[in-house]
Amino acid sequence: MIRKSRVAPLLALIVCGGGANAADLSLSVEIPQLPVAEYHKPYVAIWIEGADQSIAANLAVWYQVRGDHTKWLPDLRQWWRRGGRDVTVPVDGLTGATRPVGQHLLKFDAAQAPLAALKPGKYELVVEAVREVGGREAVRIPFEWPIKSAKTGGAKGTRELGAVALSLNP
Amino acid sequence: MKTLLVRIAALSVMLLPAVGEAARAWLLPSQTILARSGGWVAVDAAMADDLFSFNQAAMPIDSLAVTGPDGQPVAAQNPTKSRTRSSFDLELRSAGTYRIAVVDDAVMARWEEDGKPKRWRGTAAEMAAGIPANAAKLEIEQMQRRVETFVSVGSPTDAKATMGTGLELAPVRHPNDLYAQETAKFRFLLDGKPAKDLEVEVIAGGTRYRDQPAAMIFKTGKDGEIAITWPAAGMYWLEVSLQDEHATVPGVKSRRASYAATFEVLTQ
Repeated sequence: MIRKSRVAPLLALIVCGGGANAADLSLSVEIPQLPVAEYHKPYVAIWIEGADQSIAANLAVWYQVRGDHTKWLPDLRQWWRRGGRDVTVPVDGLTGATRPVGQHLLKFDAAQAPLAALKPGKYELVVEAVREVGGREAVRIPFEWPIKSAKTGGAKGTRELGAVALSLNP
Repeated sequence: MKTLLVRIAALSVMLLPAVGEAARAWLLPSQTILARSGGWVAVDAAMADDLFSFNQAAMPIDSLAVTGPDGQPVAAQNPTKSRTRSSFDLELRSAGTYRIAVVDDAVMARWEEDGKPKRWRGTAAEMAAGIPANAAKLEIEQMQRRVETFVSVGSPTDAKATMGTGLELAPVRHPNDLYAQETAKFRFLLDGKPAKDLEVEVIAGGTRYRDQPAAMIFKTGKDGEIAITWPAAGMYWLEVSLQDEHATVPGVKSRRASYAATFEVLTQ
């Protein structure tokens, strides 16, 4: 269910992201509508994990930025243990406010930070979501780097996350 | 009938070991992992066999020692002792690992005076004043006890053993980095050296809601190590104890040393 996609910032990202033919990693993350009495938008962390399970690149961290709510960041348990605890927030281009129900599109230029530093190898894209008075869920999509040919991958959460789609474009 | 009961009661008191089996001692922190900005942690301290229900006796916290990531002591705030538990708050702001410990090192003595049993408990320094020089049937024992837990703000830092006396934990896997289904190695030290061939008991909290205690028993190897695979997320209590003839107090041979700790194991 697409309620509101943030097209304007996305377009800005694409335009600033380099030439039209630059390789990129794109993903869409669905935050599902949930039939609950008390709903809070989830904290979400999106990162690339290496074979040794350490964070190879942080892609996005959405949390309640207004007020001092960073105390709940450790509830993103996997992200926290894998390296989130080493990140002093806010971080320009990484952290942002929580997102509403709907599909969220992100695009990263392969030649720019944080992907430019990625060494060739096997990785997993991890999306983890945790919701106040709600649950926690993480989904993983394996992929190989660098991008040699167009590839897609997908995963589906069972409750806290909807469909997550990854596309690698050479 | 009443007399008989009294006699049985008196007999069971006599049958107790030199130091009675005390209830399980534990510290229970409100949380073990804090964001980088730090925050407040509340800790309960109790002596109770049900883990972690404070339904027996409060654990005294006079000998509480909280050590910060820089090795400096951290003052406990709002300490209270109520009937079945003690409590205190900690404001933890610097990043790193805090060791929260209640450490006791005492001498217990029993002797006879005019045919009547006498008891005394105090520190090694108070021994000369507390125990008569000519005490008959004198039995002296050193009691070393360490009850602790760990809390980390942001990234955990080294939580190495520091005292070099009694039983201590020198974690191989950090005590704030424990996850269900994963294996964590812990090393135990006795007087700073690997404590081998000791039985370590590990019990998950929530004992009141299970039919069996489901204790996991491990034996330390030559290196003093055990490897625990955590069956599920939750709070766990660990205890190891020993009795030997290597008391560290001059004039005392017999010693009992124990180590107990509370660990939080997180979901994957």
